[in-house]
Amino acid sequence: MSLLVIRILRLAQKEFLALLRDKKSRLVLIVPPLIQLIVFSYAATFDLNRISYAVWNEDPGLFSRQLLARFSGSKNFHLLRAVNSEEDVKSLIDNRDVLLVVHLRSTFSRDLLAGRQGSVQAIIDGRQSNTAMILMGYVQTIVQTFNDDFVTEHGLTPPIAPILVRAWYNPNLKSRWFIVPGIVGLLTLVISLLVTALSVAREREDGTFDQLLVTPLRPFDIIMGKIIPGFVIGLLEATAIILVAVFLFHVPLRGSVLALYLGILLFILSGLGVGLMISSVVKTQQQGLLGAFLFLVPSIILSGFATPIENMPRVIQDLTLLNPLRYFLVVLRSVFLQGAGVRILLLDYGAMAGIGVVSLVLAAHFFRKKIE
Amino acid sequence: MAVAEQKNSPAISVSHLVRTFRSPRGIIRALDDVSFTVPKGTITGLIGPDGAGKTTLLRILAGIMAPDGGKAEILGFDPETQGPKLQRHIGYMPQKFGLYEDLTVGENLDLHADLHGVPVERRSEFYAPLLAMTALSPFRSRLAGNLSGGMKQKLGVACSLVHAPPLLLLDEPTVGVDPVSRRDLWEILTTQVRNQGTTLLVSTAYMDEASRFDRVVILYNGHVLGEGNPSDLMSNVRGHVFWVNVPDIAARRLEPLLSQVPGVIDAVGEAEEVRIVSEGTSPPSLPEDMKGARTKSLDPRFEDAFMLLLGQEQGSKGRRSFSPERLGWQNKKRGLLDGGVEDSIVIRDLTRNFGSFCAVDHLTFSVRRGEIFGLLGANGAGKTTTFRMLSGLLLPTSGELRIDGQDVLGAGVSNLRSRLGYMSQKFSLYSQLTVTQNLTFFTSAYGMTGKRQRDRIAEIEEFFELVPYRHESAGLLPLGFRQRLALAASLAHEPSILLLDEPTSGVDPLARREFWRTISQLSLWGISVLVTTHFMTEAEYCDRLAIMSLGRLLALGSPSEIRARARTEACPNPSLEEAFIALLEQENRARDAPL
Repeated sequence: MSLLVIRILRLAQKEFLALLRDKKSRLVLIVPPLIQLIVFSYAATFDLNRISYAVWNEDPGLFSRQLLARFSGSKNFHLLRAVNSEEDVKSLIDNRDVLLVVHLRSTFSRDLLAGRQGSVQAIIDGRQSNTAMILMGYVQTIVQTFNDDFVTEHGLTPPIAPILVRAWYNPNLKSRWFIVPGIVGLLTLVISLLVTALSVAREREDGTFDQLLVTPLRPFDIIMGKIIPGFVIGLLEATAIILVAVFLFHVPLRGSVLALYLGILLFILSGLGVGLMISSVVKTQQQGLLGAFLFLVPSIILSGFATPIENMPRVIQDLTLLNPLRYFLVVLRSVFLQGAGVRILLLDYGAMAGIGVVSLVLAAHFFRKKIE
Repeated sequence: MAVAEQKNSPAISVSHLVRTFRSPRGIIRALDDVSFTVPKGTITGLIGPDGAGKTTLLRILAGIMAPDGGKAEILGFDPETQGPKLQRHIGYMPQKFGLYEDLTVGENLDLHADLHGVPVERRSEFYAPLLAMTALSPFRSRLAGNLSGGMKQKLGVACSLVHAPPLLLLDEPTVGVDPVSRRDLWEILTTQVRNQGTTLLVSTAYMDEASRFDRVVILYNGHVLGEGNPSDLMSNVRGHVFWVNVPDIAARRLEPLLSQVPGVIDAVGEAEEVRIVSEGTSPPSLPEDMKGARTKSLDPRFEDAFMLLLGQEQGSKGRRSFSPERLGWQNKKRGLLDGGVEDSIVIRDLTRNFGSFCAVDHLTFSVRRGEIFGLLGANGAGKTTTFRMLSGLLLPTSGELRIDGQDVLGAGVSNLRSRLGYMSQKFSLYSQLTVTQNLTFFTSAYGMTGKRQRDRIAEIEEFFELVPYRHESAGLLPLGFRQRLALAASLAHEPSILLLDEPTSGVDPLARREFWRTISQLSLWGISVLVTTHFMTEAEYCDRLAIMSLGRLLALGSPSEIRARARTEACPNPSLEEAFIALLEQENRARDAPL
């Protein structure tokens, strides 16, 4: 084995020891990511469960009861109470006791029997627009199936062009399938940034960085020594997170594991590169931590993790091209849900590799600049 | 409110104070049954090496830490229960004084005046003497962060005096401050005591500051080793101090030999002789092989008194058995280095600019093979910049820099690096790694592998007596051992030049002696040592000294030559510190004088 390789391995070994011999930093690296994965995966969901609602039924007839039974029978809805006046409705919504009030006029059953259109009024709390939209979809679905059943039971003419919806890759549109792969990316980024963003700053605070620079080691060796532990720790944690996603949250892993791990490797590379770049310009660990968060927050928001990039203004869409997480999310979701292989993802791999290499070169440049 | 005590009662009285800390190494008794008193209107010094318990004691007195046992009374208050009341009557300046670096000098003063409720209309009356005394008036609108280390300390003192407290607690105000600023600071404090009747309790690790105090309390390992006025303490050691000269044995070789002689408590090589402190009042009987030894009685210093007290308490236990034979490891390998080249380091017209500021200005000197060369200067004189250029951490703007005859600025820098050993004042070690892991890493960085590396580590661990600590994390070692490990790490790759940046800051006198003995030994084998230090007593160990001021060389020569240059009628036999201050003042006068 050549001397250079041995030196780099020794450097990496030292980094490992520095990270793992200290009980606190060991805990910080392992426990919070796993807790976050579990908490986020349960908490961060767009699905609505047990929506509190009230009923204002002025119709004494049969059909209103049939329709309302479909609400109370759904596990997504939870009937809080029945009300009899508009004032009651107002206070329930205002106090956030219910998100929805279903209002049926006294003529509802009579109209339906007479072959006329019956109308259902859904009063929704619009203060949380996203929730309101999803809720509206649920209400429409219930009313739609009621309509369809009513039409077949009573031998009426069905609508002329019914829509048949099929959601590919996520047939039940479970938002967890969408979110959990995203969390894999998010946590991998946090880990690879933290491992490196603080490491040079810590050495600078302890004075060991000067001690490193006076040895025959070159900036390249130092950087290699610093990224190897990041790779190993990042890979192990990403694997743990993926296992939890597949076996605990039952997110299907349809694509090739090779395509997934190629993505993970390149993504960790870019995360480590950015972390080292931050690390090489800051003076203290505190600044390093701030720098890491300054990068982390926008890169999550502008990644398509929660809101689609296609909805963003043009300029910001262009900005997201610099964000490695953006590409990694594409890789994750394609491999997990769509069953993609290496071939379709080449562009994303290339982008992440590019960001990684450029940031590492910059980091090495800033190291050297400290001397001149 | 009335300060609840009698006129003649002491300002501070401490009885049987105990404070323990839990650490991964077990329970540490930072203060172990400490009792003493401080009379009003005096300067009392709390002298002791690092880790003696000085800071803990001052924090308890300031009412910001509770003791585990015993009692303290300060101006009639109990700091444990009456902290807030007490704090209105005292000023406390911790080791890292909380100056706001992005506020100006004036704003810092205002802030402290606000905190202590000094009425706005009386401020100018309060500030005037403080600013005059500290010579900070011209800098009122300068940012505190842009002041030199010494000026920052002065501003810290001014801020703690802003509410004119009758009692001031200062924690190591002179640490890391150059001799000139140090002297100024003492003048400020003495004036305050004499004119205002303020009572001062000041901690310090510098033994040579003892003469500044009316009374001293010597703290060692959490207990009081001695107490009294400095001249009384010194008179105890009178008659115990001698110099020894043995023909044919150089002081540097003699010192470790003498330190092993029974009855010798302390031995320090100085110029051509060795100073010893003897257990008895007659010189100890010297062994046969020191034929023709001459001894002469000497005037004691405070450090001698400390060493005697320590020696009487400890006997010879706890001291490192330093036998030169054990140093044989080096001889067999180092067949006196790259023969031919006489000068290890050659610096010619070395210059470094930072923007328009010239930190090092056409510096020229050289360090001979096997020489111990000291680089001295006030804070900001350019020592650190020179040092960083030598170690390759900074590129010179212009000039020539040769190491072992090879041009550093040319190719092969990383080849030259293995000839250099570098030890910084922070004892830069990986604190999470064990002793062996640190040594393994540093030797690997210099390209050692396999059996050679393992043998070398074992050898060096044995030499520095680190074997029992092998598997301890470096961060948990006592300070003296951390220093030893840092030196071991910088030597492990067998460099021919050793660069030491304030290598003994904060370690106790015992560890310092031992350190210098090792360094002397290394120089005898032909390793060249370049060292910066603030301790003028340490400069005595050097073969030659360079004194820098404002980036230029002010004086160059052996310690006795430097002393000779500062000899005047008023001061016929100046100490190195006095010589240093005199030289800097000459320079300042020359610069201020019109051309």
